[in-house]
Amino acid sequence: MKKYIEGRVWRFADNVDTDQIIPAKYLVTGDRDELAKHAFENVRPEFAEGAKDGDIIVSGGNFGSGSSREHAPRALLGAGITCVVAPSFARIFFRNSINIGLPLIECEIDAADGDILNVDLENGKIVNKSTGVKYTFPSLPDFLMKLLDVGLIENTKRKLGTKRSGGTV
Amino acid sequence: MGMTIAEKILAMHAGRGSVSPKEIVDATIDYVMVNDVTGLPAFEVFEEFDAVPICEKTVLIQDHYVPNKDVASAEQAKSMRNFARRYGIENHFDVGRGGVCHQIMIEEGFAAPGRLIVGADSHTCSYGALGALSTGIGSSEAASAMATGELWFRVPETQKFTVEGELGDYVMGKDIILNIIGDIGVSGSLYKSMELYGSAIVSLPLSDRITISNMAIEAGAKCGIIPPDEKVFSYLNDRVIGDYSPVYADEDAVYEDTFEYDAAEIVPMVAKPHLPENVAPASEVDVTIDQAYLGSCTNGRIEDLRCAAEILAGRRVHPDVRMIVVPASKSVFEEALREGLLETFMAADAYVSGPTCGACLGGYMGVLADGERCVSSTNRNFIGRMGHKDSEVYLANPAVVAASAITGRITDPRDLV
Repeated sequence: MKKYIEGRVWRFADNVDTDQIIPAKYLVTGDRDELAKHAFENVRPEFAEGAKDGDIIVSGGNFGSGSSREHAPRALLGAGITCVVAPSFARIFFRNSINIGLPLIECEIDAADGDILNVDLENGKIVNKSTGVKYTFPSLPDFLMKLLDVGLIENTKRKLGTKRSGGTV
Repeated sequence: MGMTIAEKILAMHAGRGSVSPKEIVDATIDYVMVNDVTGLPAFEVFEEFDAVPICEKTVLIQDHYVPNKDVASAEQAKSMRNFARRYGIENHFDVGRGGVCHQIMIEEGFAAPGRLIVGADSHTCSYGALGALSTGIGSSEAASAMATGELWFRVPETQKFTVEGELGDYVMGKDIILNIIGDIGVSGSLYKSMELYGSAIVSLPLSDRITISNMAIEAGAKCGIIPPDEKVFSYLNDRVIGDYSPVYADEDAVYEDTFEYDAAEIVPMVAKPHLPENVAPASEVDVTIDQAYLGSCTNGRIEDLRCAAEILAGRRVHPDVRMIVVPASKSVFEEALREGLLETFMAADAYVSGPTCGACLGGYMGVLADGERCVSSTNRNFIGRMGHKDSEVYLANPAVVAASAITGRITDPRDLV
């Protein structure tokens, strides 16, 4: 996982639900690149074409509300999104993102479409280079930071390995 | 310090004497469920573990896109069948044997008081109506839970909701939860546990309580738990798998917040597009509708069908409206057939189908066209939820759905002449 991220902003409002991120009719694959082709299709039709590797989503609160579809953060990763910044996240979207390696930052910031953000994940700092305004955010708890770094799949493998060798986890 | 129901269930499953809000704990789960949409990504991840699933804790339910809507969904459903066969998982409910996953988890006795249940579907919180801590998770972590039998949980803060008094005619569990969401907003319970109390909640049949717990997620909650009582125990009598022990909050449990409502003030409601918090009394919303949908994990139970059938008996659905009725499970369908409810729906010109989630999430079987409007007994009215991005969904209880189907406009059933 990258500790420093610099990217261009896609700005969204409050309560972006997972039906907006990836409409249900496309939930017939788990492939992130395939899903990315339809990301935000109903609400930001220009997103799928326009998103570039390294872009950042900045949103209002309750980002990722609604369904449990892991397809939502997968679609964002497939589109090249490197992190999402919002004052709050829906809980299943939060879990899914951490599990598959999409950093989420709980922070309310002013940023417009196209602004350039500089994010220091470890030290909890954001600079909006387009406005010059700086922000700080609390780091994730250690457990989640490690999970984000290692990934759920590797984490589960380690857990199973420890169990098989008779240890406790 | 006393504990709330969610804290106690998490402590018990984490092998701890007590836990506190915001702590992260590893807990042993009782069941993990996936459906045909969330199953495929879970099975793909599972293959990376070089493990076998804990079969007795794993439940596989085909409901979202079955009977298959196209080749891709057919392949997806096949992957579940293959996973079940490869590992000998008996809890696999295929087409014609089950129905909407949450209804099946309850009917088949997986859900019970005091249990910790996770499911790769956000409405897994439904089993809070039976006193379980149940909550939605993602596909990768469902795979992880199948392999390890454990999962991490953040202990939620708990909010206490009390609804006292007597509910009026045609006021249902749906109206109570819409009223709460309208009050606290779609992120009013974010990351939190809702606990529900009061004489109005106690008076509700289990089906209405399930509606309430089902929609806890629409306020952002992790779970919506109702203390289990005799209604729950007698429902479980001949169906529950294994033993269970009911869990109740301590007298001195600490709640982050408390909310109180007067049941007499609650009326049949609708949630207007495009958020479940946009609530208004049905009598004050004056719009025509193109479709009326009765079904889903929220309101597709036999009690819901009876309520709608009673209103539709001897009447016809408005000529400009398609009404779609989807019993939530095979056994609900069978019971509706026995009681003559399906005959009533069909005599009223409603279309009746076997169980599927299809229309509720705009998948298939009832998708809305550009500009169309649907009154629906489901739980979400997001942009494009049931079809075209410029279609609209109005959430309501089964009585409002039936009354509106007849008049062709959103209608409070009490105003039906």
